[in-house]
Amino acid sequence: MTTRIDTRFAELKKAGRAAFVTFVMAGDPDPATSLEIIKALPKAGADVIELGMPFTDPMADGPSIQAAGLRALKVGMTLKKTLDLVRGFRKDDNATPIVLMGYYNPIYIYGVDKFLGDAKAAGIDGLIIVDLPPEEDDELCLPAMKAGLNFIRLATPTTDDKRLPAVLANTSGFVYYVAITGITGAAAADASSVSEAVTRIKRHTKLPVCVGFGIRTPENARAIASHANGAVVGTALIDALRNSLDADGRATGKTVNAVAELTAALAQGVKGAQQAAE
Amino acid sequence: MNSVKPNSYRSGPDERGHFGIFGGRFVAETLMPLILDLEKAYTEAKADPAFQSEMNGYLKNYVGRPSPLYFAERLTEHLGGAKIYLKREELNHTGSHKVNNVLGQIMLARRMGKKRIIAETGAGQHGVATATLCARFGLDCVVYMGAVDVERQQPNVIRMEMLGAKVIPVQSGTRTLKDAMNEALRDWVTNVHDTFYCIGTVAGPHPYPTLVRDFQSIIGNETKAQMQEIEGRLPDSLVACIGGGSNAMGLFHPFLDDSTVEIFGVEAAGHGLTQLHAASIAGGRPGVLHGNRTYLLMDADGQIQDAHSISAGLDYPGIGPEHSWLHEIGRVNYLSATDDEALAAFQLLSKLEGIIPALEPAHAIAKVMELAPKRAKDHLMVVNLSGRGDKDVPQVGDILRGKSK
Repeated sequence: MTTRIDTRFAELKKAGRAAFVTFVMAGDPDPATSLEIIKALPKAGADVIELGMPFTDPMADGPSIQAAGLRALKVGMTLKKTLDLVRGFRKDDNATPIVLMGYYNPIYIYGVDKFLGDAKAAGIDGLIIVDLPPEEDDELCLPAMKAGLNFIRLATPTTDDKRLPAVLANTSGFVYYVAITGITGAAAADASSVSEAVTRIKRHTKLPVCVGFGIRTPENARAIASHANGAVVGTALIDALRNSLDADGRATGKTVNAVAELTAALAQGVKGAQQAAE
Repeated sequence: MNSVKPNSYRSGPDERGHFGIFGGRFVAETLMPLILDLEKAYTEAKADPAFQSEMNGYLKNYVGRPSPLYFAERLTEHLGGAKIYLKREELNHTGSHKVNNVLGQIMLARRMGKKRIIAETGAGQHGVATATLCARFGLDCVVYMGAVDVERQQPNVIRMEMLGAKVIPVQSGTRTLKDAMNEALRDWVTNVHDTFYCIGTVAGPHPYPTLVRDFQSIIGNETKAQMQEIEGRLPDSLVACIGGGSNAMGLFHPFLDDSTVEIFGVEAAGHGLTQLHAASIAGGRPGVLHGNRTYLLMDADGQIQDAHSISAGLDYPGIGPEHSWLHEIGRVNYLSATDDEALAAFQLLSKLEGIIPALEPAHAIAKVMELAPKRAKDHLMVVNLSGRGDKDVPQVGDILRGKSK
């Protein structure tokens, strides 16, 4: 079964360039603005959208993404409303892949089978669930594959050659290489060690490898994108969003543009990488 | 589910860390290799007689074990029913049962060559025990503690700092124990190469619930031998308070297959079960947090809710996975005590026995006050006095003065 993710990476391969993957939090700072933001992302050059599912206890996230999730929860965001948001997006865009990213508990409470059915119907293409390693594949990964959703796994600097086959076994769509040991938004990724890691992962899989954690600027994005099939940026976009809010944390007239402008600049960085590589 | 009773209640978990549907390894990939290493190191250590004998030496001469099993004569007379024994874990070095587990984990950390220890703490008892053993073995120690708890448990913060630990007040989320655990996990995922995460309770990803239980089971094993010596038989009931549930699991586990022994766990009912509380079994349902599936307090969307207890050590919206399993199969009865009941028990034990309990085991004493009068005079009831109340004296003093005004 081919998903929008598979199609998009095949197109990019043909075009000879890396994917620009953007992460924003669903419902941040409010559902209506959030919909405007995700609609603006592809126009600004995003190839794939990762949409965070807000959770009270995001154990792998730094302060920026923690705060984004809390802003969304504060205005009443739920998993159901996250699916509504994607439905809204799909009215105008049936090509850009959407990957939900977050933690397992809200899905477990929603009910795995019901969630997978509703997610597929809403137009979601893949899932990245931080706290579901391959040891827990029975929970969601295998049912998701059966339902026709990609289950995208994180590989990390601690995932050694011995462990990689287990991590890649039920992975589809792409592999997300977490470039640092740490939380989102922490250190900057170092391009040469990333290049080594991507080469190592590619020895074990034909899937595209995207790299995230620590990419903040168009220059970072260009450097990473010349070694990988995609560069993921999250915290930097969320920081731009936060800086556009008013004193009470509400959206202003600048909010959507603030995210779109940084997205456009970062997309230029990623697209520049392909020229540098050629 | 689980309608068939197992042959033994003590054989869990399975190789994937499950107690029935509970437990498991719900962690980020970065941590997965680390917990697999820990499991391997623990399996090897368990099989190594030198590890056990070194630990026994420290338990005897550093911790001060065995802790006494003390007949609480005046409390027994006052309540007029069961014969009440206190398992005096509050007499351990550092003032609580926490040291039993920390000693075991620190010895594992040394075996694994880890030089930096991190821990989360609620009341500060686990933090103090961790800081103490890090001082003893010359290891770096960082303790994460919710900012709210830093305020209400100042004596323990000062102790940890005197012992050379760095105490980091956690400002995220509800600023209590669950957030301290999030922050410790964030530290661990960042400093994977040199850091050992010393978890303070029978929760977290496999193998933590098992290894913490095993290190704490010395409480129940001693109790069994001591009761045999004093009364010539098994106790009839056991009572212990539960936050994550390590002191309770340590007392209960050796008795799980002794079918004549009634077992009671006491959760913190805070302001009452219809208001803010920390009773995950009474008021929660199964979910996934902090590496395991277990009973959790949460809303309809699966968002974790704020817990509340007067006792910082019980102020956690979850419970160890093995407790969730023991609840579902019906081997252990889980009760709850409110803040006010715990305060009354705190005062009663202080006045009748000259023992100031920590607010955590005061919850267990509160239920003893209800259970003991309904039992015969030859009924032997053991309550785990898991910690001493010195740390709570300023807080309780403020509350009592506030109330008397």
